[in-house]
Amino acid sequence: MPGLTVNGIAIDDTFAEAFDMRATAIVITAPTERWAVQAATTMTGFATSVIACGCEASVESVLSPQQTPDGRPGVRVLMFAVSTTELQKQLQNRVGQCVLTSPGSACYAGLDSGEDKLKLGDAIRFFGDGWQIAKRLGARRYWRVPVMDGEFVCESITYLTKKAVGGGNLIIMGESSTKTLDATEVAVKAMHGVADVIMPFPGGIARSGSKVGSKYKGASASTNDLYCPTLKGAVDSALSPEIASVLEIVIDGLTSDAVAEAMRAGLAAIIELGPQRGALRVGAGNYGGKLGRHHYHLKDLLR
Amino acid sequence: MSPLTFSLREAPAQRLDLSPLIAQNLAGKTVAEIERIEVGTTRVRVAVGDIFRVREGDPDSILIEGGVERFDRVGLGMGSGSLHVEGEVGVEAGRLMSGGQLTIRGNAGPFAGSGMKGGTLDIEGDAGERLGGPLSGETVGMSGGVLHVRGDAGERAGDRLRRGFILIEGRAGAYAGSRMIAGTLAIGGEAGDLPGYLMGRGTILLGRGASLFSPSFGDCGEHDLVAAQLLANYIAQVSAQLATLFRGPLRRLAGDLAALGKGEILLPRP
Repeated sequence: MPGLTVNGIAIDDTFAEAFDMRATAIVITAPTERWAVQAATTMTGFATSVIACGCEASVESVLSPQQTPDGRPGVRVLMFAVSTTELQKQLQNRVGQCVLTSPGSACYAGLDSGEDKLKLGDAIRFFGDGWQIAKRLGARRYWRVPVMDGEFVCESITYLTKKAVGGGNLIIMGESSTKTLDATEVAVKAMHGVADVIMPFPGGIARSGSKVGSKYKGASASTNDLYCPTLKGAVDSALSPEIASVLEIVIDGLTSDAVAEAMRAGLAAIIELGPQRGALRVGAGNYGGKLGRHHYHLKDLLR
Repeated sequence: MSPLTFSLREAPAQRLDLSPLIAQNLAGKTVAEIERIEVGTTRVRVAVGDIFRVREGDPDSILIEGGVERFDRVGLGMGSGSLHVEGEVGVEAGRLMSGGQLTIRGNAGPFAGSGMKGGTLDIEGDAGERLGGPLSGETVGMSGGVLHVRGDAGERAGDRLRRGFILIEGRAGAYAGSRMIAGTLAIGGEAGDLPGYLMGRGTILLGRGASLFSPSFGDCGEHDLVAAQLLANYIAQVSAQLATLFRGPLRRLAGDLAALGKGEILLPRP
């Protein structure tokens, strides 16, 4: 896959293929940042891929007390799913089991508008067993649910967007697992500086990139053998001999522009790190361009 | 465009019903037509032109220069625009208003904001009894909007309040928040006897307590409530001074347990 070489790093002449998704955002606050992050981390556990988790979710940003509705430290969480029904189900279950239960937490809408509404507190309020209190402040409505450490405050609804995109990606290839991981981590860090995107895999990184289908009946996805370095000599590998490790960053964004911006930031960071300390080559995953509406060509994303 | 202005010629000889002087009623009318609108309440006919000098202007911005206690029903049913009264008004100012901004630069009589559904009513002086409350035969009082009194309020402020905010910077008379259905009533000064009398739901914030509390409220102790911060932030948009009273820990009294009992009185430390 011939492409460009920038700062000694080969950039494949290829594109990432991404899909339309439904997405929402919430803001979680707590008495301390540690507990806001804890609630969000718990809520977004097992939310790496819609293939088996129901949704993809992660912390988008940490918010200062000045940025939250109640003046406490907080985090903004983004959540993506393939349908409104699934997104509602996942939101309700995850907030109910992971945020409601977390000490001192409160939960608010993370989107101020959207094509549709999702129940947030309206779904959780029944936990109050009749002692819940609704409070409307201007255009917003909150539920106060009595809990054992005080009250769980939860905004009644949040919004969803149908303009979200899931599956933007970069495939980072290097001569050792250490250097490949270093380059990928640098890219993830740069992407965290972009608003409205998450990288839902562990630490933002997936090491088990998949292809569609499997030789086994019932498995919808299986290992991407063309990018497995230990199979270089056994399959029609996409890897040249010097590549010993491959990692992938998957990006979900509230808009297509946000996904492109994150990929651009990640690429720039990898290039800046250079081949001596980081990656030798960067590619992207696609399905021939026939499945996903959004195509992000790497050559267009070089600053 | 300058406001449509009504300048008081002399104090009226009878009580006036000024409810016709709202934007949705005056739009498209000439000054001559406006001057012919009848505002009397007795057998002696009184038209706008008899009482006011009318200056042409934007009906979405109405200014009444001069006010007297006989100006009843100012801004009744207004749905948009602004209406400023440079003086005192009588009963039912802003009653049933659903939007817009009504400002009274003086005192208001009983039933100010009665049954209001939206918009903002700002009373710079004192308000009479039954602020926001229903008239006889009605079951529900104020059900939306913000009612702000910079002075004191009379008895039964917020009677049958259902939704919206009543903010009183001064003191309130007896039975503040009586029979409240829901909503929020905040009082900066001391309230009279028995605040929250027979309230079902809703929140009463008392910045300086009350002269007598009902025994039918249960003390739930002192708490740092997240909801109180949200309330204070919202109140601060109208009155930073009032909001400050409710930023610290608040004692929560649940009640009225003689009624539904799902309301609350919140009190800062004395």
